[in-house]
Amino acid sequence: MRKIYFDNAASTRVDERVIRAMEPYFGSKYGNASSIHGFGREAKEAIENARKIIAKRIGARAREIIFTSGGTEGNNFVLKGLFFSNYPRKNHIITSKIEHDCILNACKWLESLGARVTYLDVDKEGFIDLEQLEKAINERTFLVSIMQANNEVGTIQNLKAIGEICKKRGVLFHTDACQSFTKVPLDVNKMNLDLVTLNSHKIHGPKGVGAVYIREGIKITPLLHGGGHEKGLRSGTENVSGIVGFGKAVEISSRKDVEKMEKLRDILIEGILKIPNVKLNGPKGEKRLCNNVNVCFNDIEGESIGGYLESKGIFVSTGSACASHTLASSHVLRAMGLSPQQINSSIRISISRYTSEEEVRYFLKVLPKIVKKLRRFSALR
Amino acid sequence: MNQGYSKKVLEYFLNPKNLGEVKNPDGVGRAGNPVCGDVMEVQIKVREGKISDIKFKTFGCAAAIASSNVLAEIVKNKPLENAREATYKEVLKELGDLPPLKHHCAILAVQCLKKAIEDYEEKLQRNN
Ligand SMILES: Cc1ncc(COP(=O)(O)O)c(C=O)c1O
Ligand code: FES
Repeated sequence: MRKIYFDNAASTRVDERVIRAMEPYFGSKYGNASSIHGFGREAKEAIENARKIIAKRIGARAREIIFTSGGTEGNNFVLKGLFFSNYPRKNHIITSKIEHDCILNACKWLESLGARVTYLDVDKEGFIDLEQLEKAINERTFLVSIMQANNEVGTIQNLKAIGEICKKRGVLFHTDACQSFTKVPLDVNKMNLDLVTLNSHKIHGPKGVGAVYIREGIKITPLLHGGGHEKGLRSGTENVSGIVGFGKAVEISSRKDVEKMEKLRDILIEGILKIPNVKLNGPKGEKRLCNNVNVCFNDIEGESIGGYLESKGIFVSTGSACASHTLASSHVLRAMGLSPQQINSSIRISISRYTSEEEVRYFLKVLPKIVKKLRRFSALR
Repeated sequence: MNQGYSKKVLEYFLNPKNLGEVKNPDGVGRAGNPVCGDVMEVQIKVREGKISDIKFKTFGCAAAIASSNVLAEIVKNKPLENAREATYKEVLKELGDLPPLKHHCAILAVQCLKKAIEDYEEKLQRNN
């Protein structure tokens, strides 16, 4: 049976060109970038090339990019690193209720060390309230961390407006751009961003590699101490092949991909909403990530929908408690005001530049039948 | 599927035979799991002290759908006193086990059935 992968917000297929770019760095160009001989220089050059590509894409300077092992490390580094360099003089962080777990759980841990954290509410489409943000800033606030686009519902926050507030009030501004990188414009200067977290595996690059942008002059304590790699901010022999792959993935991503995904996303949304009693979670149009669809099917459970779809070769994700390892339902949908049952009835469909219109049509053909069947024997009807 | 379900679970999940409603049920039971938020309802028909028909309605995961199906099969045509004794372990055994996190789904089905039998007996007493 053919497979239709609609879980690109979780991870993506690595592009052939990325694989080809990475290959030499396993079998022949395997030097350590710290070595001063030819092998080392070759690795170093490759890393610096990737650094330039990534910096350019967000309007930063190459020396402001630090490579990491991915989004989780990047976010942990920013939160903890800034806490350690600001505490005890300043101890307050402002973030939102819909951040990725790596932000929320790092914040929780920092609270146990003396941090104070404000978790901003979101409205029913997942947007934060700029007034609430501005009111929450106090003289002990050192950081505002708001994701650019949400991984579950695709809501794109207004970073420019947030950046203006942060600049006016003199607090650092960080965004987790793992989901939005290369899909939504990001300019560190126009948006007054001081720190940005990026990763590679959401954009057809390899897993286990990412980067943080740190505006020059910002004091941050490293998480990893060692040989002083990455300007002493992130020790450890660089993941050369991964970094090369990440750079290549950024280089080949294009505006055209985004337009293609937007078109398919809207076909999906329109088609799904033809099914009775179905609701879109998150906004429509340009404030929604180009590859994200999240819908609530009411009366039927997400894991079950996912299971039936899988039996037809279609792979999606769900915010349902039943499908999680802890039986905890999506904190994002909860913050947007969905009831537990609505959360359990929601699924996420996330596409990529590889998604074809034919796959979308096939999905739209099988989905209504599945919903009808599961609703027929739902206890909620 | 990602949850590590056995082949049997998947088969019961994808081809449920005992889901839906029975006509003029003699007993109805409803149970929910507050942790995962799922709900089941079972309707039974009783003839000469035996469960002659049984159908579940399930808002729940694959394990819940499979469990309710299997339980229906286990107790169908059984006398009430035997049906009442059915345990979630029997359900698990018939399914070739469930992931530990999903044992509560089988328990939910069993609880639901017990409520339906109680409901039937209460009605019986009231009518006598
Ligand atoms: C918004 C967001 N932040 C952070 C991460 C974590 O990134 P990584 O998987 O590279 O650790 C992810 C993806 O899992 C994400 O979607
Ligand atoms: S019924 Fe909710 S996890 Fe199975």
